[in-house]
Amino acid sequence: MAEAFQFELVSPERLLLSAKVTDVTVPGSEGEFGVGAGHSPFLSTMRPGVVKALSEDGSKHEYFVRGGFADVSASGMTVLAEQAIPMADLDAGYIAQQIQDASEDVADAKDEDARQAARLVLSQLQELQAALKAS
Amino acid sequence: MASLKDLKNRIASVKATQKITKAMKMVAAAKLRRAQEAAEAGRPYAQRMATVLGNLAAGFEGRDDAPKLMTGTGQDQTHLLLVCTAERGLCGGFNSSIARLAREHADKLIAEGKTVKIVTVGKKGYDALRRGYSQYIVENIELRGLKSIEYGDVKHIADLVMEMFYDDKYDVCTLFYAQFQSVISQVPTAKQLIPAQFDAAEEADDGSSEDALYEYEPGEQEILETLLPRNIGIQIFSAILENGASEQGARMAAMDSATRNAGEMIDKLTTTYNRQRQAQITTELIEIIAGAEAL
Repeated sequence: MAEAFQFELVSPERLLLSAKVTDVTVPGSEGEFGVGAGHSPFLSTMRPGVVKALSEDGSKHEYFVRGGFADVSASGMTVLAEQAIPMADLDAGYIAQQIQDASEDVADAKDEDARQAARLVLSQLQELQAALKAS
Repeated sequence: MASLKDLKNRIASVKATQKITKAMKMVAAAKLRRAQEAAEAGRPYAQRMATVLGNLAAGFEGRDDAPKLMTGTGQDQTHLLLVCTAERGLCGGFNSSIARLAREHADKLIAEGKTVKIVTVGKKGYDALRRGYSQYIVENIELRGLKSIEYGDVKHIADLVMEMFYDDKYDVCTLFYAQFQSVISQVPTAKQLIPAQFDAAEEADDGSSEDALYEYEPGEQEILETLLPRNIGIQIFSAILENGASEQGARMAAMDSATRNAGEMIDKLTTTYNRQRQAQITTELIEIIAGAEAL
């Protein structure tokens, strides 16, 4: 069995998860990446997606996160999500709502930069929706 | 000398007031627990954020390409005061002590010949600063009717602050709020938001492991640039959470002493009432005896 390390998932409102885990998968902004014990110090921003953590006792934790960043250090790993929802509480309606909001952002964007950023978020969300439907 | 009936009425009215203050105290106590939990639950995020940013920022110290939010505009002329207070009164010195701190700060800056702009969050702060400082207030944000505050509710305040910064409306931004310590002690605090400052102490708390070389994805610069604005939002958010707990704590303490005061007043009035009733009975008796003797 793989070595365990400390993992914490925090949103601005509260600490969602603090556990010993063996493996974490994070939707990094430049591609999904997995973290195991002894990973080199690493800091990455995240795109909307699903954080999966496999805890020491074998139970699986899945959270939908909307932006934020992941910090891997020698003392453990912390995911700071701007918004985090357990997958169990998530339904297609919520994602649809998020996509709706994102498309409004695209329409409301004042300049080209903002529109680009909003479009990126929208495409990431749509990707996620497609992935959820498939599973 | 008030008549017996007057005294009776006064006792009844003080009793009614006491009932209200007692109820308010209990409501505040219940709300305090929730607000305190929220404030405490928000702390890990803010602390982590500060640690990560502290590490990142240390690498950018003195570099020309450091983000503007960190270095500032290079000037110190226009100051923005972001004053967070409560939406309601009847909470002791809570609102006035924050307003006083902000006012002192503003006076000092004005005396130095600087320009001052004020953004108030919360109705009471606006009311307190409107007298004498109305020409400096540029915006008043109210967070009325929100049961529990979430990050999303605060984001527009951060957006406004950032937008004003990028439009060169001010150089330095300071946040005013009350740090919650306990039910009886809330400390009015001023915190500089922009240019960002990081405490060396917070960086050190994770020990030597943080010295290890970090890998960044995307680049160091990009991460710092996305994190700094977010950090401002988080700082405002946690200030408002602290404020929420402080407000309920202050209200609970204020209502507790009001209830106690009302109790003392009732005791005093009851003594006076009894004494007067006794005096009246004595007078009546004397009259009867005098009448009987005269026969």
